[in-house]
Amino acid sequence: MSSASTTETSVHHGGHEHHDPHLAHHFDTPEQQFNSAKLGMWVFLGTEVLMFGGLFCVYSIYRHNYPLVFKFASETYLSTFWGTLNTLILITSSLTMAWGVRAVQLNQKKLLVVCLSLTLLGAGGFLVIKGIEWHAKWNEHVWFGVWNKYNGLNDESFRAPPPAQPTTEPVVAIMPPPPVSIRATDMDANTGIDISQIKPRYDYAFSQTIQAPSVAPSVEKPSPENANEHYRQLSDAAQWRVNTFFSCYFLMTGLHGIHVVVGMGLITWLLIRSLRNDFSSEYFTPVDLIGLYWHLVDLIWIFLFPLLYLIH
Amino acid sequence: MNAMLNILADMGGSFWMPPQASQIAPDVDWLFFFIFWICTFFFLLVLVLLVGFSWKYRYREGQPMLDAPKHSTALELTWTFIPTVIVIVIFFYGFKGYLRMMIPPPDAYEVDVTAHMWDYTFMYPNGQISDDTNLHIPIDTPVVFVMSSTDVLHGFYMPEFRIKRDIVPGRYVKLWVVATKLGTFDLFCTQYCGQDHSSMRRKVIVEPRADFVNWVNNLGGGNMTPPQRGHFLWNTRGCSSCHSVDGTWTGKAPTWKDLYGSTVHNVDGDHLADENYLLDVISHPNIHPIASFQPIMPPTEGLVNDKDIADIIAYIKTLSKNYHAALPVVKPAKK
Amino acid sequence: MSTAQSISHRESKPDNYLTHSRGFLSWALTLDHKRIGLMYLVFVLAAFLFGGTFAELLRTSLLTPNHWMFPSNYPIHTADAALNVANATLNAAHDTEAKLFYNNMFSLHGAVMVFMFIIPAVPAVLGNFILPMMLGAKDVAFPRLNLMSFYIYLIGACFVSWVLMGGILRILFGLHVPFGYGLDTGWTFYTPFSTSKAEDGMVAVVAGVFILGFSSILTGVNFIATIHTLRPRGMTWFRMPLFLWALYATSIIQILATPVLAITLLLLLAERLLHVGIFDSSIGGDPVLFQHFFWFYSHPAVYIMILPGMGVISEVISVHSRKHIFGYNFIAFSSVALALLGFLVWGHHLFVAGQSNLADSIFSLLTFSVAIPSAVKVFNWLATLYRGSIRFTPAMLYSLGFILLFTIGGLTGLFLGALETDVPLHDTYFVIAHFHYVMVGSMVFAFLSGMYHWYPKMSGKMCNQNWGRFAAILLFIGFNVTFFPQFIMGAHGMPRRWATYPAEFQPYHIISTIGAYIMAISLITVALNWLTGLLWGRKAPANPWGGNSLEWHTSSPPPHDNFLVPPVADDPYNLAAWEYDASIDGWVLRKTDPVPAPPDRTRPVAH
Repeated sequence: MSSASTTETSVHHGGHEHHDPHLAHHFDTPEQQFNSAKLGMWVFLGTEVLMFGGLFCVYSIYRHNYPLVFKFASETYLSTFWGTLNTLILITSSLTMAWGVRAVQLNQKKLLVVCLSLTLLGAGGFLVIKGIEWHAKWNEHVWFGVWNKYNGLNDESFRAPPPAQPTTEPVVAIMPPPPVSIRATDMDANTGIDISQIKPRYDYAFSQTIQAPSVAPSVEKPSPENANEHYRQLSDAAQWRVNTFFSCYFLMTGLHGIHVVVGMGLITWLLIRSLRNDFSSEYFTPVDLIGLYWHLVDLIWIFLFPLLYLIH
Repeated sequence: MNAMLNILADMGGSFWMPPQASQIAPDVDWLFFFIFWICTFFFLLVLVLLVGFSWKYRYREGQPMLDAPKHSTALELTWTFIPTVIVIVIFFYGFKGYLRMMIPPPDAYEVDVTAHMWDYTFMYPNGQISDDTNLHIPIDTPVVFVMSSTDVLHGFYMPEFRIKRDIVPGRYVKLWVVATKLGTFDLFCTQYCGQDHSSMRRKVIVEPRADFVNWVNNLGGGNMTPPQRGHFLWNTRGCSSCHSVDGTWTGKAPTWKDLYGSTVHNVDGDHLADENYLLDVISHPNIHPIASFQPIMPPTEGLVNDKDIADIIAYIKTLSKNYHAALPVVKPAKK
Repeated sequence: MSTAQSISHRESKPDNYLTHSRGFLSWALTLDHKRIGLMYLVFVLAAFLFGGTFAELLRTSLLTPNHWMFPSNYPIHTADAALNVANATLNAAHDTEAKLFYNNMFSLHGAVMVFMFIIPAVPAVLGNFILPMMLGAKDVAFPRLNLMSFYIYLIGACFVSWVLMGGILRILFGLHVPFGYGLDTGWTFYTPFSTSKAEDGMVAVVAGVFILGFSSILTGVNFIATIHTLRPRGMTWFRMPLFLWALYATSIIQILATPVLAITLLLLLAERLLHVGIFDSSIGGDPVLFQHFFWFYSHPAVYIMILPGMGVISEVISVHSRKHIFGYNFIAFSSVALALLGFLVWGHHLFVAGQSNLADSIFSLLTFSVAIPSAVKVFNWLATLYRGSIRFTPAMLYSLGFILLFTIGGLTGLFLGALETDVPLHDTYFVIAHFHYVMVGSMVFAFLSGMYHWYPKMSGKMCNQNWGRFAAILLFIGFNVTFFPQFIMGAHGMPRRWATYPAEFQPYHIISTIGAYIMAISLITVALNWLTGLLWGRKAPANPWGGNSLEWHTSSPPPHDNFLVPPVADDPYNLAAWEYDASIDGWVLRKTDPVPAPPDRTRPVAH
């Protein structure tokens, strides 16, 4: 093997790479292998950030378009208490994960097992709380899209009808009155343009549900006393947009939740391997990489929490 | 140089471009041929160099290897710099022309265009809809099209006018033009919109202003009988793209022939197709879906009003064998 | 030196990567990048076959203005009223069938070709096979991940095939498999048509493309890590073969753009299945937002397709004209520039879709910036030909064809980048012709060029060069006959994705269809050429063309670990180090290296 002739030798390992069961045949040294793995993981985490970036982009666009709706939906339906608790839990689990990596680097194998177990516990707790919150949304009929009670849309063209649940009154399509037959008889035949003075007789082409009134963000800032009143007005005018907020909420927390579940699977795998004594200060690449992944999951939540729960 | 390019444009017009029928068309074609001759020059340059080098330096037995530079920064900077200048010039012309093309004058005459699968509806400022399914516009007059879609994305493209815009559901889109030539021109849908996308073509008829005004003022079918007007609406409001009136199976929607008075097998049960049923399904499309058809009927609100619906129902009735217009034969009462 | 060893190695008939182990599982579970590359090749070519068949079918359907394959011109004005109604009904039914057929054909053609052929073709096949060898490495950095991305590709392909199978079952037996019938959205899946009206097959295909995207991401991660950490002694960044630069730039795009596609497709599926109201205007979404998201990936994806092809051309032009590549740095930097600029120009797909005039003009200006690195590459390749000693091998013919077709494809991009001329040309056959000149004329030519260039290395056999030349010239002719008329009819206003069309466009369509048949004949010739070479070809020498990048320093086909001795990288375009040896019809290293060793060989030479 070529690696035997290299001038660099392993720091962690006494030189006989051939005996290192973890060194793949195409690497010269464990460092090279570790660096490759770490680089690969960082690049992969970059792709994860970009994937969430798409959702953040959706969120920013709709929040920019409907700031008051987002504020209304967040303040009315999201519990800052549960959100804060979950943030603390996740930060703690990130801490225990980092501690675990440190432990394995120092060859403290028992501590590693403890740390991994605590991380797993934190992840589970996070999901339980998330489940409580989602369940509350279900009870309040504020799910995403057409499943949201504010949607008020009763369009038969959907293939799958929304689940039967009490919804607000569907917007009734009111037919405009029959037209007065408009003839621009007095028009100047040479210009012909005058008929543009006559406005279309009704707002055609869009049903009322589609052409719902958009939010006017320019209404005067509500004072604390009449804030509730203000929101009630807002919810009347812009209620159908609340479903967009909850679409963002469920897509973002849902995708994040999937990442938490995947993370729990990976940490469980680490836990089993560490119980089998697979890791040591000489070989801890999986612990390190999954630790990175877990920090990313934590980091994404750190962004999600203020964006969803703390809208002002 | 401009003059030369314009001459070339006219020469090539028939080969590369359709006839010019709008105020912006000569402008667009000028830029097209400006870019065209730049491209031709560079393509010929590449072709000559490629063929020339390939032939001159082809492998021959016993020929010694020639010396050649591995790079030449001056040369490479040159062929970085020259394309940069050229593309900036092209961008500038394209940008200027685009603004002229896209910003409508404030006094333009408005025509409302509603696109739906797979037809257009053209509504004029007096609230009437074009009665021959085609778009009529006056010559030498700025016309702005205020466009919306009731279902999916559609396109609005008039090749001879060199203008195009996607029609996006959920918002209004504007496009304007001044027609400079009388005649009949093409209007194509360019944004894929489903099965009959390629049938979504109409004609644009450019008329003298007086004729146009006359035409607009006589729109609406005011002097028709209700069934006649129903037929007219069938033809002009897009019904005809899916519903036949002669019993033909279109695959998209039930025929109106003999519909009235028949029993319709809906997904939600059987219905007798009486006046109330027809009123229901016209004003609330897809409220009673039929299993053998996709629920694709677009919203009719705004497209037809109560009078229109009444006329359509009157028309559907005349198509049916279950409708009897004549006085029934009555046996003379016995004394 | 390593080559001398590897040649003697070849003569002593040791095992190579093909004979290293046997049996189905030795392939299915292999971690060898070369075998994975070959497996990719099989499935990528199968996808090409399917996509090509769809293309031929839809071109055939376009021979007449009204889909002659499903006649709908039965008389309806006869004296017999009942016959009239029956005929009219038949006409309508045939019309519906024909349009569904056409819409499915063009959608599947696009989806299969883009996601299953063009994107993986050069990186996953040639990249996998050649990249580690060019680096003098034994494998890519993560061989298991490599195998995994191959299987992810297969799973994604299964989803797409589900729709194919569903269509066949429905046509032949009238069965309806869930999510199995019909992709009629086009490969772009534009909302709200795709989320509310399209056939069910769209769900399976979108899920499949989502999965294929992960294969692409993982390959990108793997290549980046490999190029960073496994470069051999002597290979600085600016001594990497240009193919590696191209693959590196491609990988950057893959990891930056594909995740955005992934989230876009997830949102699309959520929209379709759960009606979340992000993209569907009838429940509060914005269809133009989808287009922004989609093209944020799909425009850089164009560079995923073309950049590796450009890398291949840089290798082939240099080797087959026996010339050092001209302006190495400019070509390398132009690859990276294209990769980065490619991210800034997606908006030119939305010039008529309803973004603001300001956005339009910014994107137009940025779009033109892409022209500059492209022009630099073309002129550098031409300068490489200057004073060379050009061999008209099939690989070289495809490369020369590439330069011409890419020039046309690039120059016609100027019409589409300029705002004013783009408006009438957008969504017409002009655009179709433009991107086929770039995708097929350039990318497929580059793929075939690379395949002919490395065919001896992959198979250990030589295929018949004359048949290869014949196919290359025929493909060039067929390609231009197919797509050049499309520029003209596009300028005349023929919109894309039309199953039927006004009669005035028929002459162009007929010429185009004839060209498509010529292309089919040529590609069948290529396939037979490779197969006969595989079966009866003469044994390939280690270095049949005289290239100096590291893959030519080992035997053909290479041993399991690629190199018996780890090679030391030299200037990859120092072709003068090799001389022709008629006895093996290949190239061997000169006994005395006439070119002095470059002074910057900083790291010590092993052995």
